[in-house]
Amino acid sequence: MAYSKELIKELEEKAQQLRLDALEMIHHRGQGHPGGALSAAEIIAALFFHHLRIDPDRPNWENRDRFILSKGHACAILYPALAGLGYFPMEDLKNWGHIGAHLQAHPDRLKTPGIEMTTGFLGHGISIGAGLCLSARLKGLDYHVYVLVGDGECQSGVLWEGVMTAAKYKLSNLTAILDYNKVQLDGPLNKIMPLEPIKEKWESFNWKTIEIDGHNIKEVLEALDKAKENKNKPTVIIAHTIKGKGVSFMENKAEWHGKAPDDNEYAQAVKELTARSF
Amino acid sequence: MNKKVSVRKTYGETLAEYGKVNPDVVVLVADVSSSVQTGYFAKEFPERFFNVGIAEAGMVDTAVGLALGGMIPFVNTFAGLFLRATEQIRTCVAYAKTNVKLVGGYAGLSDFKDGPTHHSITDVAVMRAMPNMAVVVPGDPIEVKKMVKAVAEYPGPVYLQIGRADMPVIFDDNHQIKIGKGVIVREGEEVTIIANGSMLARCLEAAKVLSNEGTDVRVINMHTVKPLDISLIKESAEKTGAIVTAEEHSVIGGLGSAVAEALGKNYPVPLEQVGIADTFAETALDYDLLLDHYGMGINDIVKAVQRVLRRKNALSHSENLKK
Ligand SMILES: Cc1ncc(C[n+]2csc(CCOP(=O)(O)OP(=O)(O)O)c2C)c(N)n1
Repeated sequence: MAYSKELIKELEEKAQQLRLDALEMIHHRGQGHPGGALSAAEIIAALFFHHLRIDPDRPNWENRDRFILSKGHACAILYPALAGLGYFPMEDLKNWGHIGAHLQAHPDRLKTPGIEMTTGFLGHGISIGAGLCLSARLKGLDYHVYVLVGDGECQSGVLWEGVMTAAKYKLSNLTAILDYNKVQLDGPLNKIMPLEPIKEKWESFNWKTIEIDGHNIKEVLEALDKAKENKNKPTVIIAHTIKGKGVSFMENKAEWHGKAPDDNEYAQAVKELTARSF
Repeated sequence: MNKKVSVRKTYGETLAEYGKVNPDVVVLVADVSSSVQTGYFAKEFPERFFNVGIAEAGMVDTAVGLALGGMIPFVNTFAGLFLRATEQIRTCVAYAKTNVKLVGGYAGLSDFKDGPTHHSITDVAVMRAMPNMAVVVPGDPIEVKKMVKAVAEYPGPVYLQIGRADMPVIFDDNHQIKIGKGVIVREGEEVTIIANGSMLARCLEAAKVLSNEGTDVRVINMHTVKPLDISLIKESAEKTGAIVTAEEHSVIGGLGSAVAEALGKNYPVPLEQVGIADTFAETALDYDLLLDHYGMGINDIVKAVQRVLRRKNALSHSENLKK
């Protein structure tokens, strides 16, 4: 499929803006998870500002596409996208994590419009996504379900239980996106618990796989469209990414998994992110 | 105010120290080593340290295997995450009575900043319901330090709770602990507060406030929720005739419930519970604020004592009328 230059440029800019918003939120609160938020910026931008069939004016529309942030700690990249679409006011981002605010440290479906499922402890998204797909089938709806998972998250056994369920029931309306940034909380994935060969793992579980550069908007868009064409099997998009992408001192560093930048670091990060031209 | 010390750091350092004297100790963690501070042990004893990645359920079973082989595994993750391994813990640790030590970090609301998914307000209830499982909630950094050895040497499964926060130092190095034995921290005649974990320091503060108002409060540190020191509870009920429990946990199933069960059976007296009501909390910017907001403030303890005393006095009034 061809995508216009304008669309790609627009989504690249959106992704970069999401990064700025996410870091502003994390810096403002003094808490949060920058690494895995920044690695998912293009994926979230492509989904929310182009691909998903959603309507912010009708957050409960029965036939809307569903997105589950299974790696819930990365919500700083999702909240500004939801605000940007009008699910709630931009100003709410400033109250993230305050007592009484609707934006929780990890996504809360009962508090925040646009959040389909409460997450924060890892491994739940694929099984829940499979359940949503089965429900769509029973109700005669044709929505698609997207689940963003972390690579560290793929170490949890419960995730693979969902992978098998989705394959058994041939849930082709389920697309998992693996934010393959190769770093988890305690260090590099290879050192903590190796996942490779990851593509073969998903394939041997009867999923279709598409491997892409997760920071290339065009490749993300193509993969999302291709995944929708697959029949009889769920698809996983293995998106190679960089943890902390866009901020030199955060890139590939486990230290930046879950800590906020101080004032100087934040200023430096903003400088780097705004310097990039498209 | 007493000096505050990071208890997760204390735990991590003590575990590494204890590893030197006990070669059977092994440590497992599920990708939260930097959070729960098992890095000190990993550095000293890399061959006895296993980071299994994000795999809590499997980690517990692996620890069971290590225990069957004669090692003493300390299994580490967030308190809330042990719930993912509840069946493994029930069947393979508690029922099979394997010598596994579960250390629930980031307990209570101490991971205030990560919100309700990461808060843990039900772990004591769940663990306490399992036969063969001891449940320990230390009240200060010294107690955390002393519990590492006590837990390792206790025969059989133990659940040890450690917070993320800095805790005020209450005791000194002469502090004696024994799993299953409560500690009288302050003597008093009119009412007894039974507390553990972070609430102990808050209760001691509340006792000061109450004593200034002329109320004489006994404070008990019930660091072991199971096996419960029933004789101390009974003795306190007889002596003071009113009990308040305080814990950083749901009021359903934790220390307060355990004390209520013991009182009901042995010596019923008016009881008030301080803890988190039957609700999930929310994300906050500050730990103390969150505790205050959800009913665990010093003022809440004071009020609970006043309530229980009113009930006690009403009871003795009606007893007198009967006479
Ligand atoms: C089941 C579970 N175990 C542990 C944690 C604590 N934790 C939060 S994020 C994280 C690392 C996640 O790594 P990954 O899935 O690779 O995410 P990313 O690198 O994309 O941020 C861990 C261990 C958790 N949230 N859930």
